[in-house]
Amino acid sequence: MRIGSTRLLATAVAAALALGLTACSSDSTEPDAASPSGGSGNATGTIKEGLKITFLPKQVNNPYFDISDNKGGKVAVEEFKGTFAQTGPSEGSPSAQVSYINTLSQQQTDVIVISANDKDAVCGALTEAKTAGAKVVTYDSDTRPECRDIFVNQATGDGIAKNQIKLISDAVGPDGGEIAILSASANATNQNAWIELMKTELAKPEYSKLKLVDTVYGDDKDEKSFQEAQGLLAKHPNLKGIISPTTVGVAATARYLSGSSYKGKVALTGLGTPNQMRAFVKDGTCKAFALWNPADLGYLAAYAAGALASGIITGKEGDKFKAGKLGEYTVGANGEVVLGDPFTFDAANVDQFNFG
Amino acid sequence: MAPETVIDLAAQPRTSRQRPPWLRTFASWETTVVLALVLVILIGSATIDGVGDPRFYRFVILEAIPIALIALPMTLIVITGEIDLSVASTVGLTCSAMGALWQAGVTSLPLLILVSLVLGAVLGAVNGVFVTVFGLPSLAVTIGTLALYRGLAFVVLGDKAVADYPVSWTTNMIAPIPGTVVPWFVLVVAVLALLFGVLLHATPIGRALYAIGNNAEAAAYSGIAVLRTKFWLFVATGAVSALAGVFWTFRFASARADNADGLELSVVAAVLLGGVSIFGGRGALLGVIAAVALLGTLRNALQLADVPANALTIVTGTLLILSVVGPNLVRTVRERLRRRQPTPPMERTQR
Repeated sequence: MRIGSTRLLATAVAAALALGLTACSSDSTEPDAASPSGGSGNATGTIKEGLKITFLPKQVNNPYFDISDNKGGKVAVEEFKGTFAQTGPSEGSPSAQVSYINTLSQQQTDVIVISANDKDAVCGALTEAKTAGAKVVTYDSDTRPECRDIFVNQATGDGIAKNQIKLISDAVGPDGGEIAILSASANATNQNAWIELMKTELAKPEYSKLKLVDTVYGDDKDEKSFQEAQGLLAKHPNLKGIISPTTVGVAATARYLSGSSYKGKVALTGLGTPNQMRAFVKDGTCKAFALWNPADLGYLAAYAAGALASGIITGKEGDKFKAGKLGEYTVGANGEVVLGDPFTFDAANVDQFNFG
Repeated sequence: MAPETVIDLAAQPRTSRQRPPWLRTFASWETTVVLALVLVILIGSATIDGVGDPRFYRFVILEAIPIALIALPMTLIVITGEIDLSVASTVGLTCSAMGALWQAGVTSLPLLILVSLVLGAVLGAVNGVFVTVFGLPSLAVTIGTLALYRGLAFVVLGDKAVADYPVSWTTNMIAPIPGTVVPWFVLVVAVLALLFGVLLHATPIGRALYAIGNNAEAAAYSGIAVLRTKFWLFVATGAVSALAGVFWTFRFASARADNADGLELSVVAAVLLGGVSIFGGRGALLGVIAAVALLGTLRNALQLADVPANALTIVTGTLLILSVVGPNLVRTVRERLRRRQPTPPMERTQR
């Protein structure tokens, strides 16, 4: 009986799973075609009042997105008299973000402005939201192009890669040497794209003396990034420079370097905010770092959202719209709008900026 | 602890005869959970825009499916006094393996699913061997495999996401039953729930599970194959977690090593909120299913009411505490009620 019991259990499970299996392979309806994103053509070029525009960052409680959304997006939405909101998961996972997309789609939000945690995983939910009538703008981190109407890119990956490699090369000096990258999470769409482009950039003859020896991931957590920085230096005694193209990572690395014997010997650059990096620029840990202005990014994304929902633009290449104080922007290939080149901060200018 | 439980069980029929039926029904934790679910839906529909829409249920169900699936075998495991915390990592490793196989040119869907299920069963069997053969506590073992399986998932797929599956696969996975908004996959969950429900509540195996949870030693002496039963429960949990992984991969159209990160906590929360005792020996599947629905509905309703994410986690945490305190409180109240009744002399001599 004992044996019988356990076998019965196993058989029951197997039968149930087999059922799931056959059910999987049969079935079912074809997908709904994505709704046409065509606008009605707004000749006057003014953004409609009363639009509901909601920002959905990778996660809430993140200083970067607090600035982009609340200091940028909100300002813009208030300028054209819409209703601004920010919502999102407390952890940066794609599945949690999908749940929020569904909620926004149910709430009849006019435009969802999202920084995607996974370029594919949020696609189904975004397509469903578009079918229900919402417009979709991505900013900071894109989805597959067919899942959104417009991507507001903070800087082209190419621009960032060129900037970062130039900065580390200048900091390490003419003799070159080993360098490493400390990234955010291993899955971050934008980070991985930039790292690939940095490798391309490093292959150029003028950087032949720089050798990329390692890439590590701090998951955009301060403590983990700090430990990874420590680990890099322990593992590579000849390391001459670290690039950390993420605000959390570069600040944590700077904190580690400035308190260690490597200060001034191992160069550091990355994408950081002036407030977090000011002290380290002044104490010589980091000569220069770069970033765009996150508030401008949110501001531009909000104007793109307003223009889209008002029918001024549809996301076609060549569409033009006015983005308040930032001036006129043109939609490029694949529905991309580029904010501009990354901006380099150093000891000479860092005091003129106050954010982050 | 154990001898008391035996007496408690023996005393049950007497109290049920003597208290009015409505009180018995109300005093059951499972009923409380079902009532809470109904209440959330009623209040939500009346006060929050969007709650109660067909689309609301569709989204709630889509989110609840993986949790509900894994909660089924997890209920059985917890009833035996064990736990499996590696389930979400099993989902992640299954997703990674499917992604890697797809990239390696395996394009047959049934084969991909079959390999995943077998992989899940093997991962469950590893847990089972550590717990039953080496006699290690399942809490420690599965915290270990939680990290191990997640690590392996990253070894298999690295930082890539595999997302180029045929669109028909990914849309079929979340397609509704024709004429409704309900995703068809819920039928798979329903069939499994029925199987696990019958197994737990209507077969000798089910009774054996409760016996093991109440006192494994006594169960062994009374002829129950304690270790073998536990082993197969871990295998079943692994296989069902793998099925959840298959669903996850196609639902999000994305196989990634970090898929379902942290899902084990949602599953355990639902099982405990459903009235299953963390000490084993107590619980019913209906309560767990109602708890999965309650947590999902509440979460989505609060999201629609623009409650921020931080407050949401506080609500979930509070519910979890309540779920541990609640059933104990209900039992204490019952106990008090029973003690007020005069004890028949015959049973007194039995004690």
